[in-house]
Amino acid sequence: MSTTEKLVMDHPMDSLLDLVSEAQVGQGVSRIDGPLKVSGQATYTAEYPMDGLLYGYLVSATIGKGKIKTIHDKTALVVHGVVAVITDFKRFLRNPQQGGVNLAPIQGVKEIAYFGQPIALVVAESYEAARAGAAALKVDYERADDGAFDLIKELKNRKPIDWITDKSEISGDPEESLLTADIKVDRVYITPSQNSAAMELHASVAYWEGHDLIIYSSLQMVASCRASLAHALGLNPKHVRLISRFVGGGFGSKLGISSESVAAAIAAKQLKRPVKVVMTRPQVFESTVRRSNTRQRIGLGADANGKIHTIIHNSIVTNLSGELFFEPTALATHFLYQGKNREVKYEMVRMNQVLAGSMRAPGEAVGLLALECAIDELAELVKIDPIELRKLNEPERDPSKDIPFSSRHLIEALETGANHFGWKMRSSIPANRREGQWLIGMGVASAARSNSLKPSEARVTLTPEIKVIVETDMTDIGTGTYTVLAQITADLLGVPLSVIEVRLGDSDFPPSAGSGGSWGASSSGSSVYLACKKIREQLAAQSNIPIEELDLKDGHISSLNGSKSLKELVTKDIVGIGKIDAGKTSKKYTQASFGAHFAEVAVNAVTGEIRVKRMLGIFTAGRILNEKTARSQCYGGMVFGLGAALMENLQHDSRDGRITNHNLAEYHIPTNADVPDIEVILLPETDRLTNPLHAKGIGELGIAGAGAAIANAVYNATGIRVYDYPITLDKLLDRLPSL
Amino acid sequence: MKLTINQKNYEVNVDIRTSLLDVCREYLELTGSKKGCDHGQCGACTMLVNGRRINSCLTLAIMHDGSEITTIEGIGCPHDLSPLQQAFVTHDAFQCGYCTSGQICSAIGMLDEYRKGWPSHVSETLTDKTPLSPKEVAERMSGNLCRCAAYPNIVAAIIETRPLIIQPINQEEKNSSLMANKSKCDQEFSS
Amino acid sequence: MKAFAYFRAENAVDATKLMNQHHGKYIAGGSNLLDLMKLHLEIPEVLIDISRLPLNDVEETSEGGLKIGAMVLNSELAAHPLVRLRYGVLSRALLAGASGQLRNMATTGGNILQRTRCSYFYAPDSACNKRIKGSGCPALHGLNRMHAILGGSAACIAQHPSDMAVAFMALDAVVVTLCLDGSSRQIPLDDFYRLPGLDPQQETVLQFGELIIHIILPPPPMGIHQYYKVRDRASYAFALVSIASIIDIDDRRIRAIRLAFGGIGTIPWRNKQVEEFLVSAPPCYPIFAQAADILLSGAKGAGENDFKIELTRRLLISTLQKAVSGDHS
Repeated sequence: MSTTEKLVMDHPMDSLLDLVSEAQVGQGVSRIDGPLKVSGQATYTAEYPMDGLLYGYLVSATIGKGKIKTIHDKTALVVHGVVAVITDFKRFLRNPQQGGVNLAPIQGVKEIAYFGQPIALVVAESYEAARAGAAALKVDYERADDGAFDLIKELKNRKPIDWITDKSEISGDPEESLLTADIKVDRVYITPSQNSAAMELHASVAYWEGHDLIIYSSLQMVASCRASLAHALGLNPKHVRLISRFVGGGFGSKLGISSESVAAAIAAKQLKRPVKVVMTRPQVFESTVRRSNTRQRIGLGADANGKIHTIIHNSIVTNLSGELFFEPTALATHFLYQGKNREVKYEMVRMNQVLAGSMRAPGEAVGLLALECAIDELAELVKIDPIELRKLNEPERDPSKDIPFSSRHLIEALETGANHFGWKMRSSIPANRREGQWLIGMGVASAARSNSLKPSEARVTLTPEIKVIVETDMTDIGTGTYTVLAQITADLLGVPLSVIEVRLGDSDFPPSAGSGGSWGASSSGSSVYLACKKIREQLAAQSNIPIEELDLKDGHISSLNGSKSLKELVTKDIVGIGKIDAGKTSKKYTQASFGAHFAEVAVNAVTGEIRVKRMLGIFTAGRILNEKTARSQCYGGMVFGLGAALMENLQHDSRDGRITNHNLAEYHIPTNADVPDIEVILLPETDRLTNPLHAKGIGELGIAGAGAAIANAVYNATGIRVYDYPITLDKLLDRLPSL
Repeated sequence: MKLTINQKNYEVNVDIRTSLLDVCREYLELTGSKKGCDHGQCGACTMLVNGRRINSCLTLAIMHDGSEITTIEGIGCPHDLSPLQQAFVTHDAFQCGYCTSGQICSAIGMLDEYRKGWPSHVSETLTDKTPLSPKEVAERMSGNLCRCAAYPNIVAAIIETRPLIIQPINQEEKNSSLMANKSKCDQEFSS
Repeated sequence: MKAFAYFRAENAVDATKLMNQHHGKYIAGGSNLLDLMKLHLEIPEVLIDISRLPLNDVEETSEGGLKIGAMVLNSELAAHPLVRLRYGVLSRALLAGASGQLRNMATTGGNILQRTRCSYFYAPDSACNKRIKGSGCPALHGLNRMHAILGGSAACIAQHPSDMAVAFMALDAVVVTLCLDGSSRQIPLDDFYRLPGLDPQQETVLQFGELIIHIILPPPPMGIHQYYKVRDRASYAFALVSIASIIDIDDRRIRAIRLAFGGIGTIPWRNKQVEEFLVSAPPCYPIFAQAADILLSGAKGAGENDFKIELTRRLLISTLQKAVSGDHS
């Protein structure tokens, strides 16, 4: 009997999870890795002790464009404790790789493409010596005088871009129909560059065993990162073992390998000792990944009743030369509202600025900051409630592709939220509610995030001692993967969580989809589901029970003929391997998670300070696998949205591309005090078209639309619409009530 | 230099430039305290020094001989969590877990500050003791960034545990109760 | 960070002797100095640890003021019963600064010497007149949203970041020092800071090796003590504009007033003309607006920070309006 169960999602399917009584899946199970994390015993990348460890400190370019003339090694080598200055102009990475790419990113660092580009590694016996050596290292540059640092100046050089992260769209005659629309909104929204700012710094520790590289690296996707690392170093992937057991946050910034991994590997090879390289916080800002800044034109045309017939979403985005990724701002615009005249297109401006790539909900996160504010503005012009406007424009099918949705409960989310939030208390007249010095307003926005399923594989082993070992190279970046995979296993094999050991983040395990794009739990969870299904079949066969009669519960196998303990039955390891891939259901149906955001803000009438008082998110994301961790993901996304709306802004100096706020004191992310009374409601939903779990992605849904609800609330409070994010107080000041 | 960490004496011979955080992480295998910025801008490195919460990244180890230093490893171990750690698990007061050690150490220090009657930026008055509302906890914990934004759960975990931590007791007793788990954990880690 | 020699001083005299001998830098809380040293913005060859000097008491003076040891932690100063009771503006300013952890590290003496957060100052490879005289000031035509609108020069517009010092300014604090020759000086805070002029490297009037040992506060001024800090997030952020105010209202008239500002000056900012004007005039909007005009008469934006002028104006007028109306929220 084969031990592998393979599934391509070509058809809707039932889920074995529906047959389980007293299921773990769906419960708010506390994280099984929680005790390790709260006691400081979860080991992150930079924390593996090693004999003979050397410390590497990256040296960053201090020009924004040009090339290196000379690196004066001696200036660092004379520093006490410095062992080597490692330079490799060919193999060092110019910039990180994007998510899911099996190839090396652009390599070669003699040419400087952006300020802060890592160019060398100073290696020393201690971290302190390496840092001093890096500071002492003298580098001569040849500065280019044609650096693209000023977006406004470079706008003229923009070029159309298509296909890699989103497809452009045109149907009907949107410009003409917008022109003649009874009611129209035509606005340009500006969003700045942002940084994921995961709390754990990017880090790698590398050593060699003969020709084999063993590397610990803080990454979200093990299989593709292993492949791109091998490619970058000219190795066969089988000679690379990549380990990433605990990841201190990623949010997109650790989807692909960054400079420190290749530098550590090269240094370790050359010096024949383990080398650890941890980026500094400024280096994370300057040389990993940013979310692209955007200029998004939203054109909405509607009839006098508010029925939308035209949607235009054209975006200008930026990236380094040679990079295919572009911020897919209109991902949700394709399907969120009906309307027959539609246009989505993108233009790219090449800048000498750190790589633009995926940051939590690439596309929707900033796209909905534009679209959902334009919808709010349209509702006001039509003079109807913004929720009513959304109801009026709810499409029955995907309006761009003319195919059905796999599941969509946007209106239910909006209505549930409106009731729960007290939406009827909102004044439809802006700047109409004041409490002392504070102007109070409410806002709403839709949430939508595309759902996907990615190839993923897992191996589950049931031992005679009735231990269950789950292995996949999937990562848990705070998403709760360890726990969710254990819950699925517990339900399908009828064993308690305590006998399950989930092993993740190691390229020795079967390759998974990795953590990204909100597909992690669905994809890796499905592979574990299939592996467990295979074990169930083997148990049924072994005990001559028809599979449809098999009942596994409390460590016992039961059928109509009675019950037997697994311990009696299992005499040797039973292995199941599960493999999942997307199929026709992802082509024939538009799959997305939906929801609604509500926000109440207070704006200081004197200073313009904005404080979010309340946030509510209503989300539908198929079967919720873990009520507790799912809720936490939603909080996280919503607070990311708050940051994007009100404070996050990566500032590049337009003269040389220097990031002036490359630290956590000046690049503001929300603090505890910024976070309001926040609530999440998860509406029940299952989706038989997505995967065997019937789940959809949830990790990024919380951010999609959250900031727009806040921006709309600011408008409701003040009567001021700000089209240039973040909405900082200086942008309100000249229009606040006079004193 | 001599350091007393989690009531254990260490004699370490390291570069004089080494921060208290790096001594723990790089030389003593006490990696529970995290480095998130190395400049006092995130709070992931928070430790208790003589009962006070500080950013261990912004202080030199050499300046701390004779100090009583407590890191997350001295608070409780996986099989014997302190009530606050348990509450963090129950309330899902973390996701990636990287800021968590700092959050927990900070919360312990913060509750002691509250016990002593220290006001905060959001306290209504400076002279009367304010109730430990979610708003108070949030402000007092704002030196610990959490990009996963487990903030609401962190506040809930702290408020739930507060009665177990804040008691009108003197400093010595407090230290000993804080260290109650200590010897057990030591055995566990060394085994 | 370059390697350095380390000495620990047991008392103030010992500290100045060590300084005389080794020509290093004093380190107390270290929360600013180590930050700068890690970035090679400060490269001392000798550190003299003064964190254990017995200067951590807050005592009442015979005049009814306070004598604050230079090593008193920001957190302890903010929480000190006498400070909370009599110098509320100081407590409030301290509590609005940094984080609980940093306040547990930063000392009184260190805080008033806190360096600017100007991002060009903070970039070792960048030009900066404050670091390298004559190298230029990229902030003037660069990213300067946080920068000063008052007290700047063609050489420097870096803002002073301290909250505590703003309150001290309003309280007429006096800095007591010990010089290398063993003499002591009493420097009113008003005279302590230097405007950047053409030499922004010189930030204070302290001489080489001069050690701050105490801060003396005169008896507390009558009136309502407040500190309002406007910033880009709710906590753990530097001020865009802050205002320390001590306002004594009698029958809807301003009897006495002290006003000092943070975030807008190259030094903690106080303009006594504004105060004198306000006590001599009836408390009404036109007068408040004129007071703002006096305060901001020399104000100059550099682009991104232009808004600070209007923000300061609004904040000042609103502070005065609230004081007169008895709204102390």
